[in-house]
Amino acid sequence: MKTNVRDAGGVQVVELKGKITIGSGDVQLRETINKLVDSGKKNILVDMKEVTTIDSSGIGELVGCYTSVTNKGGKLKLLHLPPKINDVLTVTQLITVFDVYESESEALASFRG
Amino acid sequence: MSLSSRFENIEMVQHLCSKLLEGRDVPEELRHWILMALREALANAIKHGNQQDTTKHVHLEMDIVGDTLAISIRDEGPGFDPEAVADPLAPENRLKTSGRGIFYMRTFMDDVRFRRHASGGMEIVLKKTLGAVNEKEEDRA
Ligand SMILES: Nc1ncnc2c1ncn2[C@@H]1O[C@H](COP(=O)(O)OP(=O)(O)O)[C@@H](O)[C@H]1O
Ligand SMILES: [Mg+2]
Repeated sequence: MKTNVRDAGGVQVVELKGKITIGSGDVQLRETINKLVDSGKKNILVDMKEVTTIDSSGIGELVGCYTSVTNKGGKLKLLHLPPKINDVLTVTQLITVFDVYESESEALASFRG
Repeated sequence: MSLSSRFENIEMVQHLCSKLLEGRDVPEELRHWILMALREALANAIKHGNQQDTTKHVHLEMDIVGDTLAISIRDEGPGFDPEAVADPLAPENRLKTSGRGIFYMRTFMDDVRFRRHASGGMEIVLKKTLGAVNEKEEDRA
């Protein structure tokens, strides 16, 4: 997996690309988010558009990231969820846990609200 | 076939399964979910079963019989009680960072069975009906 982080008016947009699967990408996701949390960033938007595959380990890490950001008083939201990842989150009743956006501008605005 | 216990082998097996499904007119969506269930079963055999000990093997059989895909995956680990696995949908488990793999297998496959193998280790058998058989002449009258 490749990650790219950019600042969009105080929101950290984390762009993920490739696979988030056991032994490849799962730990990397956690480390990327932890680094942001440790440096005091509270608003995180994870762009999933280019995630090609996710497995239960990747989903677990995503949930773990959500929890650690929330526990620090921050917000982690999802952007551009591919349909199959949406399905995988839905069957495990996680889709309602996450705030999911189709448009980046709407997502960014939601952090200000 | 047998594989060493490395996560890198998961994709190779997914490719093999994909090959096996070729020519069966399996819709892309269905193939995707089968490959995900396969991935989860292999990951468990490697991680929980063989505990990533690369000298231990994962034993694999895949076949299509009639209109049903059957996959058997056996590890060389201590085995476990599938009845004792926590429900990932229970409110207290909803935000756990693990415990969803078997649930995904059960969601995406028609039949998921576990048994302790005679030679030790745990065996999981996954089955999925693929729909109408493609062959023109099927002599099973
Ligand atoms: N092949 C196996 N050998 C031993 N234990 C297993 C095996 N497969 C699954 N388990 C047990 O079942 C539990 C649930 O598996 P799973 O639903 O895939 O979640 P996870 O892998 O995230 O823990 C595992 O934590 C493990 O205790
Ligand atoms: Mg698992």
